[in-house]
Order: sequence, then structure tokens, then C-alpha cells
Amino acid sequence: MNQQITEAPLGSTAERQIVVGASGQAPDSRWVIVTRGLKRDYDMGGEVVRALRGVDLAISRNEYVAIMGPSGSGKSTLMNLIGCLDTPSAGEYWLNGTLVSRMSDDQLARVRNKEIGFVFQTFNLLPRATALHNVELPLVYAGITSDERKRRARAALERVQLENRMDHRPNELSGGQRQRVAIARALVNEPSILLADEPTGNLDSQTSEEIMRVFEELATQGQTVIMVTHEPDIAAHARRVVVLRDGLLSSDDRREAFAAKHGV
Amino acid sequence: MPLFEAVRLALATIRVQKLKSFFTLIGVTISVMFLIAVVSIVQGMSRYVEDDFAGKFLGVNTFNLRRFPDIQNDVTAEQWREWQRRPNITIEDATAVKQALPADARWAMHDVVWADGSSDFTQGGPQILAEAATPEYFAIKDLNVTQGRIFTEQEDALGTDVIVIGTEVAERYFPNLDAIGRELRINRFPFRVIGVLEKQGTVFGMPLDRQVLAPFHSEMSRLTHARHNLYGVVVQAPSPAAFDGLQQIAREVMRKRHKLHPAEPDDFSLESSASALGQWMTIKKYLVLAGTVLPAIGLVVGAIVIMNIMLVAVAERTREIGIRKSLGARRRDILAQFLVESATLSAFGALIGVGLGIALAQGVAKISPLPAAVAPWSIVLAVGIGAGVGIIAGAYPASRASRLDPIIAMRSE
Repeated sequence: MNQQITEAPLGSTAERQIVVGASGQAPDSRWVIVTRGLKRDYDMGGEVVRALRGVDLAISRNEYVAIMGPSGSGKSTLMNLIGCLDTPSAGEYWLNGTLVSRMSDDQLARVRNKEIGFVFQTFNLLPRATALHNVELPLVYAGITSDERKRRARAALERVQLENRMDHRPNELSGGQRQRVAIARALVNEPSILLADEPTGNLDSQTSEEIMRVFEELATQGQTVIMVTHEPDIAAHARRVVVLRDGLLSSDDRREAFAAKHGV
Repeated sequence: MPLFEAVRLALATIRVQKLKSFFTLIGVTISVMFLIAVVSIVQGMSRYVEDDFAGKFLGVNTFNLRRFPDIQNDVTAEQWREWQRRPNITIEDATAVKQALPADARWAMHDVVWADGSSDFTQGGPQILAEAATPEYFAIKDLNVTQGRIFTEQEDALGTDVIVIGTEVAERYFPNLDAIGRELRINRFPFRVIGVLEKQGTVFGMPLDRQVLAPFHSEMSRLTHARHNLYGVVVQAPSPAAFDGLQQIAREVMRKRHKLHPAEPDDFSLESSASALGQWMTIKKYLVLAGTVLPAIGLVVGAIVIMNIMLVAVAERTREIGIRKSLGARRRDILAQFLVESATLSAFGALIGVGLGIALAQGVAKISPLPAAVAPWSIVLAVGIGAGVGIIAGAYPASRASRLDPIIAMRSE
């Protein structure tokens, strides 16, 4: 049933609004992410910048979605909202059946800890900590005991083939290895969504392909993956591509349609 | 964030940044060092004054009945004149006091004079503190012999010319000899040595090992009691509880004997270790005050330095804070991390201060006559204060760190 929906990307705004449902109602449990009229304004020294102007988006479990758009399109803002690092100025954001758009800072911290695994462009590893310790961090904040943390962090590093680099610090690892440590860290809490922000932005093309293969494999295993990128050929790895322009969704296509449009 | 983890992280920071940590902690370290040193020296002096001085000089639960106090401080000329007008304490006074005391109280009369000694082996030498005393004096002052024996009631009653001598006197007048049974002359009066006291050392410059004691009614009293002014009567209560009562009895006896009107003040002095220690307690109070207030000022400065360094640390690690927040650290997790770091840092500084303080106190004790006794509570207190200073100093930087926006924090370099 999920298959049916994910294979029919949502073309028009009207269609999307039918899928995301009415405001205030908990969405159908098949949707891991639902946003309704999501807006985010920034006050830049008296001038209001409208970064997001009402985004309706539904993403179901096990989807592999790329969010694309030129700089200034609002994709980073959307990614921050989806990642619970920020709260919207207006609209609703439902994550896993919970309305998170009205939560306090500490509640959002718990949601980030339990539901979201981040992968950043600049890796964002702690430079003084070993790979293993970096991967353990989310479990530290989840209050898991030391032995259990180590066991799960090792398992996550094995999943990204870094079992023999566990005791290395980030500066002793290559860019691709660092990003794989970050992926292991993102996965260690078994999050609902893996949220990647320009995951290949700091990597050469060969390493980028390597990382994309890791994402592909995770998606095949059933992990929901959301990837923010401005590169069409990276976006084309995802099974669905959402394009933002000027704070609004401008297109929402399946990979094949997207690839045909952009010639990748 | 588990506590152990945070402490380990803080210690790692100290290890990596040795010089910076040194300057960060120097304020706390020096303050704690002086705190420990001063407390140790005051504690040492306390023990010295209260145990050695009060115990050896005056005796435990003991009071002296004297014409005027033996231990005098800040005596005005007027007071001195008043003392000189006081009647002498006589043997009859002493006997009357004794009769009024309950049976379990100890009582002794004694007289003291500085005298010249000589023996068949040595002439002259330092002056001897010659005392004539009744036998219970030994028990009251806790004087014990290592050789021979003390004199008996019978010997006192008969006025036998026997003498118990201090170790220094024994060594001086009977070098490499057994002093027991030999003749020691005090101002040319011959006495037979029957005992040698255990070594006592010096209390406030008073060489107690140069002491000799002869029965009160022996020839010694002709040396000591020349002016019919009994040096003093010593009374020891069987327990601290009975002490005040006995002092009251002695006071009443003396007032009656001197026919004092109720409004008139005592014209004699009842001197106890408590009254003699009064002056010391005042000095001690100021010493403790100075010894704690000055380091406290240092600690405030130390706290400001730590706060400054922690603000720098928060600024330097803004990105780390952002990363931690993105991974689910709540405000209180970040707050706790920086508080623990700051407390560990400061407690570490305090611990070094404790070590240096103990060394300083021992050093002072070695090169000066001031004794030192390190109180365990002062170590616990110092490290506690150190951690407390760290927490107070870290509160503002930690709260700033905890309120950082994760998106902005992660963007910083």
C-alpha cells in the first residue's frame, strides 16, 4: 500500500493538500513526515525574510527522498525544521504521528535524539574523540549504559565497514571514512529518519559515489533517508526528488521523471 | 552526560593545555595553599598552647590559687599596684582551702625559685628551677619519673632533704652517671637525688627539664619561701564537671579569710587553663579570621579567572556544543558538562593547593618554632571550596553554552 503512494509523486498543490490532510489532525500512520503550510520567517535587522512560504509535504516510511533547490530556495531551512533543530513560524510538522512544531527546546532535543540521525556536509565529528566515542554520543544522551553503548556503537561502525578504524580520531581518517563515521553515528539510535545535508559536498566524486552506495544500501534495508542537496546528479540517487524554489515546492517527481527532466 | 565522562573530559583538557590550565588555576591553588597553611599553623599552635602549655604548665582541670596571675598580659600600672597591695597567700590559707575541698580533689602547695646548682662533678651552670611542693603536685602536673621514685607524704611531713630532678639537670650535674642516691646542692643546700623526671621539653621558653622538686617542708622551703609569700596552691578537680564547684569553694574560703565585703572584688587570683587561654583564644580568632578572609579574596579572584577561561572555552567549543545539541543533548546536559568541567578544573587546582599548603606548613614548622598540624577537615573543606568556586564561576559560562542555538553553533568555526 505504501508502495502505491510513494510511486505516485504528488504533482499539484491541491493533490498534495489532500495527502497531507486537514490541519490539526494526526496524519495516517504510514507517513513518517507530514508538514502542513510550513512557514519560516527570519527577522534580518528589521527586514522579514520569508525563507519558507507554506510547504505541504508528506514522506512515508522507507522512502529515499532528495530535497533539491538552488541556494536561497529554503532547503536548509526546511531541513532544519524537519531535523527539529528549528521551529516553524506557522504551520504544522508531524513526525511519526507526533506534532513537533509546538515543542519546547528540551522536547525537541529528545526527538532529535530518538527519531533523527544527522549526516552533515562538514561531518561534524568531535575532533578530540575517537570514531567509537563519536558514534557513542547519541547513546550517551539517550542514557544508555556504557557497555551497551560500546556494543551498539561497534555494531553501527561495522555496518559502514569501519570496524578496524574505531580507535582513530577524525584527523586520522579520510573524508569518506569520516562521513561513514557520521553515518554510523546517525544510525546508532535506530532513528525514524536519516537526514543528510549535502552529504557529499566536501568529498571528491569517487568518495561521493561510495557514500551514495552506503545510502542506497540503507534505503534498500528499509531506512527512511532524506537528503538535501543542490547537485542534480546526487539527487538522482534518491527515488523521489522534491524541488524547492523561493520557499515553495516547485516539483515532486519520481527518480525517473526527475532524471529525464534534468538529463542526468 | 555521565559524571565520570565529564570529569575525564575535564582532566584531559588540563593535560592537553598545561600552561593555560596553570594560569587558570593559580588563583585557586595559591588561595587554597595559604588557607591550608594558615589553618595548619593555627591548628598546630592551638594544640601546642592548649595541650602542652595548658596541660604541662597548669594541668588538666586544674586551677592555681595565687596572689596575682602567673600568666599576665597587658597589665596596667594601676592593676600592678593593686596586685602589690594584695595580702600574701599563706600556708594557713592553703590548709584552709584543703580542708574545705571534697576528698576526691587533689591539692598541693608549691613554691618556686631560680637557684644555682652544684654537685661533686660540676660547678655552676644554668639556673635551676627549684620547687618545693607537697607530693600530690606530681599527680596534678602529671610528672612521672623514669628512674627512682617521687617523694612520699612522710618525707614531706618530716622535711627530708630528698630531690627529684629533671633530665637536663641529671645530665648536667651527673654526666654519664646514675644520679640516684647522689648529692645535688641547691644554693649550697645538699639534697639526695631520689628520682629523675621524664623528658618534658620547653613550654614557652620555660625549660621544664631544668626543674627540680623537693618536699615542701624540706630545706628547699627556706630557699623558696623566704618572704612568706606562698607561690601558689594548686587544686585539681576529679572531672571537668566538678571544676567550677571547686573553684567556688576555694573562692569562698579565701573571701572569708580575707574578710571581704560582698561588693569588694577578690584580692587573690584563681587561675585556670581557661582563663590563661583567654588571650590565646583572642589571638587565634584573629588569626583564623585573617587566615580565611585573605584566601577568600584570592578565591574570588581565582573564580573570576576561571569564569573568564570557561567563557573562552565555550566560545572555542561552540561548534562542539552545536553538534552535541543536534545529537540530542538537552540544555541541562550542556549545563552539567561545563559545570562539571569547571568544578573539576577548580577542584584539581585546590588539590594542588592542598599539597603545596601542607608543604608550606611543614616548611614553616621546620624553620621556625611555629608548629603545624594539618587538619583532615581542612583538606576536605579546601577541595570542596575548590569545586564550589568552580561551580559558581562556571555557572554563567555554562548557562550561556546551554542556551546556544544548535544551527548557529554548528555553523561557527
